[in-house]
Amino acid sequence: MDIETKVIEIIAEQAVLEPSDVRLESTLESLGIDSLGLVESIFAIEEAFDVSVPFNANEPTKSAFDISTVSSIVSGVKALIAEQNA
Amino acid sequence: MKRVVITGAGTINALGGNVPNTLEAMREGRCGIGQLQFHDVERLAVQIGAQVQGFAPETLFNRQQMSLYDRFTMFTLIAAREAIAQSGLEFSGALAARSGVVLGNSGGGMTTLDENYRSVYEEGKNRVHPFVVPKLMNNAAASHVSMEFNLKGPSFTVASACASSNHAMAQAFQMVHGGVAPVMVTGGSESMLCFGGVKAWEGLRVMSKDACRPFSATRNGMVQGEGAGIFVFEEYDHARARGAEIFAEVAGFAMSSDAADIVMPSKQGAARAIKGALDDARINSEDVGYINAHGTGTAANDKTECAAVSDVFGPHADKLMISSTKSMHGHLIGGTGAVELLACIMALRDGIIAPTIGYEEPDPECALDVVPNEAREADVNVALSNAFAFGGLNAVIALKKAP
Repeated sequence: MDIETKVIEIIAEQAVLEPSDVRLESTLESLGIDSLGLVESIFAIEEAFDVSVPFNANEPTKSAFDISTVSSIVSGVKALIAEQNA
Repeated sequence: MKRVVITGAGTINALGGNVPNTLEAMREGRCGIGQLQFHDVERLAVQIGAQVQGFAPETLFNRQQMSLYDRFTMFTLIAAREAIAQSGLEFSGALAARSGVVLGNSGGGMTTLDENYRSVYEEGKNRVHPFVVPKLMNNAAASHVSMEFNLKGPSFTVASACASSNHAMAQAFQMVHGGVAPVMVTGGSESMLCFGGVKAWEGLRVMSKDACRPFSATRNGMVQGEGAGIFVFEEYDHARARGAEIFAEVAGFAMSSDAADIVMPSKQGAARAIKGALDDARINSEDVGYINAHGTGTAANDKTECAAVSDVFGPHADKLMISSTKSMHGHLIGGTGAVELLACIMALRDGIIAPTIGYEEPDPECALDVVPNEAREADVNVALSNAFAFGGLNAVIALKKAP
């Protein structure tokens, strides 16, 4: 499974939606994912890809990991995996 | 109803092993937060905390006690010995029969759990020490205080996460106030600074990796601490009759529940508890000079707390002082309100307001006088201590100058 499909699957599961209902331009807020859901999604991403996501709930916008849309999360995960394999 | 006063105080925390040393550290704005030291700490993403340093329990407890006491019980007993010695009380006869101990605690014997899980899961052992249960149960500390000091009245432990010791002190106050007990030993303790304890908190992603900076725009999370704060709450007439030194009067309290979210605080819930404490103590909001804030240094708490204070106090919110001593002693979870009550006592008795250290940059959402970085002298007649727990459980205590 490619990275994008897996990330969408994780987010869809958190939002209780079908993966087909999650679009790359969706924001987590628009999918009904709150702060607890966000922390859980990040945990699921870390477990799925065996990476450490730099994310502090106190300063979500300051993090190098951009959570503004599904697309930005996918890019972030790709970057982390590339970094890990470098 | 009986008036209730504080006639004894004791503590051990990262700032000091007793009340005078702790208050001195608060006056000087010293920080007790540093690199954590315990087994497997290198596996943590968050490696700072306010650990009690130079702790030598073997000089304070005998071999049998050592095998029965978790770290949180040891902290509790050390603080209780100081508080009760200070009060000058000895419990016997009718006084012993009616006096009790109500303490706050959240995690129980976390170090005991951690060590024994490691032993059976990681090391594969099939046998544990026989005292694991009596060590880890979170009423162990209250029970050992009752045994050491012969307190035979109402005794139990209150668990409401970060508000535990404020809820406990509210119970103790109510018992003395209502004439159930002439004296109650109260406060709380916590000792979660072990691998499993910090690892669990790490998961929530609300911990700072560098410092606790409450109310500062640059804050990035909470930092855990450990220790205990213990007080003797005594009926005023009883204290006066024996000529006891009085630290402060416990004037009232209030509790409220947000009934909203398991982790996000509510302004309305916090405001109802603050307003409720003023009403219970029959205090005008303009008379409050100092608030010891819950002030965890998280984005969510600090702005919600400041908004609640502004709502309750209106224009007076800009005149009162509000500081978070968690910047120095860390967040003691179930014991935090007890250690923080010491800052309220210092404000009322000594006229010194403990600062919020680590303050770097104003946050427009926390635009109150947070006593940044340096202690201040001020004549304060009424002080509040806020505690707002995960789970939306709030408890606020109101203290007045000694009568």
